[in-house]
Amino acid sequence: MLNLILLQLINGLQFGILLFLVAAGLTLVFGIMDFINLAHGVLYMVGGYVMAALSAATGNFWLSLVLVLPAMLGIGLLLEAAVFRKLHDRPHLDQVLATFGLVLILSELVKLIWGAAPLSVTLPEALAGSVPLVGPLRYPVYRIAVIAAGLAIALMLWFVIARTRIGMLLRAGAANPAMVSALGVNVNRLFMLVFAVGAMLAGFAGAIVAPILSVDPGMGDSILILTFVVIVIGGVGSVRGAFVAALLVGIVDTMGRIFGPILLKQLLEPAAAAQAGRTLAPMLVYLLMAGVLFWRPSGLFGRSTGA
Amino acid sequence: MSIAKGAAPLVILGLTLLPPLASAAGDPFLTVIATRMVIFALAALSLDLILGFGAMVSFGHAAYLGIGAYAVAVLGGMGVTDLGLQMLAAALAATLFALPTGAISLRTRGVYFIMITLAFGQMAYFVFVSFSALGGDDGMALKGYSTLLGLPVLASGTGLFYVSLALLTLALIGLDRITRSRFGRVLRGCRENSLRMQAVGFRPFPFQLTAYVVAAAICSVAGVLLANQALFVSPAYMSWQRSGELIVMVVLGGAGNLIGAVLGALAIVGLEEGLARFSHHWRLGFGLILVLVALYSPGGITGMIRRILPAGRPG
Repeated sequence: MLNLILLQLINGLQFGILLFLVAAGLTLVFGIMDFINLAHGVLYMVGGYVMAALSAATGNFWLSLVLVLPAMLGIGLLLEAAVFRKLHDRPHLDQVLATFGLVLILSELVKLIWGAAPLSVTLPEALAGSVPLVGPLRYPVYRIAVIAAGLAIALMLWFVIARTRIGMLLRAGAANPAMVSALGVNVNRLFMLVFAVGAMLAGFAGAIVAPILSVDPGMGDSILILTFVVIVIGGVGSVRGAFVAALLVGIVDTMGRIFGPILLKQLLEPAAAAQAGRTLAPMLVYLLMAGVLFWRPSGLFGRSTGA
Repeated sequence: MSIAKGAAPLVILGLTLLPPLASAAGDPFLTVIATRMVIFALAALSLDLILGFGAMVSFGHAAYLGIGAYAVAVLGGMGVTDLGLQMLAAALAATLFALPTGAISLRTRGVYFIMITLAFGQMAYFVFVSFSALGGDDGMALKGYSTLLGLPVLASGTGLFYVSLALLTLALIGLDRITRSRFGRVLRGCRENSLRMQAVGFRPFPFQLTAYVVAAAICSVAGVLLANQALFVSPAYMSWQRSGELIVMVVLGGAGNLIGAVLGALAIVGLEEGLARFSHHWRLGFGLILVLVALYSPGGITGMIRRILPAGRPG
């Protein structure tokens, strides 16, 4: 039992790290540019497809992973110039409409190019095995590598935001964009950078998850909503909040699916427990969000403004 | 508001003529599409009351569509097929769900409101997914159509269409009255500046909650109609994608003037069905249209009409 808990805890951690990679970009775009981007989940999907296409073309996992980054950065810049730039100072609902349209366009383009069938990416030889964890328990190397990569990126983000000049501007921009602009900073260029890096992170998450899950046109949809849950629990605009909330959501979701039915079996008869467990597990994350918002209407790390 | 006054009768009149035109064109499926248009127009209209007039962007509004649909399934299973009773039960159930969730959601604002309504919508969705007595994830087929005063009016496609259209017209007139009343002015006042409204002595909360509940009840009626059209209910009616679609309908049409929500719903259902006839990849064109409208036509369809016909007075 203890082994199972440990195993699921690591699985939850790994899922949380993945959520964080997608959420980091979204919370910055949201917090700093005050921009609702429904197309962020699609960027995660596009990252997966670019990875699948590159690794099929080159046959080299590492080279493909490295090439995904500039490719996604480019796609991010392109989308920023074509659509997002024109929507900065427009009402939120116009942004919802435009990015909803973008979701449809990008998903359909992906289907046109690669078809609707799921694609898979083969693992590199070095990461294909598993390592012993505790006693008889083993854990796949690749999943550990995903956790490590995610933590490294989180650390890098923290360093950039907390210790560099660009990070200082970002924090200032999140607090008061008009003032930052008045002090002579090119806020639009800052936005462009944030958006492109956000796209790159989301695409990277899609790329590293490709060998574990299959790449399919619907993968952006399911992660988008969870990502929004994460940034809202964490507090919009807070990367630290996104990190904490992503791990929380990842662990709660994973543990709930495994242990919810098991725990309920102690209380209810098996049939009822199975049924209640099936509902409660996916609902847990939303209960968590509703609870957090009930007690902290601006999220865990959010600034408590009325807006 | 001048545009609503001018356009609404025209839109309703145009819709009235659709079934005869469809049968003249020898394409009875057009009536089915037209019915879908009208039902979603009703749902989008109810969302416009809170989204457009109250700046409460609910991302869980489709839950009420599902509640209405399941009311038909449950009552029909018990042998109660009267449309009036079913609508009453649906509205009651929607009110019971909307009161507590609305009260909690209204603690938050802006994007947090969007997300907490999403959370409640998802909870409702998962409850019905796991409800195996009601078909669970797969949904369930209904035994028969609802009856109106004991008559099987809804069993014919045309009958269902005209009943739906009548309800849409009623809702349009009713909501037009509500939004013009003192209640509506307070609601709009809170949308514009909540702090100032409090300063002149209004507590926004009861007004906003009332609007939230009224919108939920109206949307559940659309759900009753939707169940009758498909003779089938499933949790898919209340998925977050459906809620998103309702928001897109309102925004595409232009929020906060009622007729915009109707036009948006007509445009979206029409585009979906129309483009799907041309190409398998219709979503590409559909998405492109949404992006272009968002970029180049602020205020959506009604905004476009306003710019073409600048005669209308603002406000």
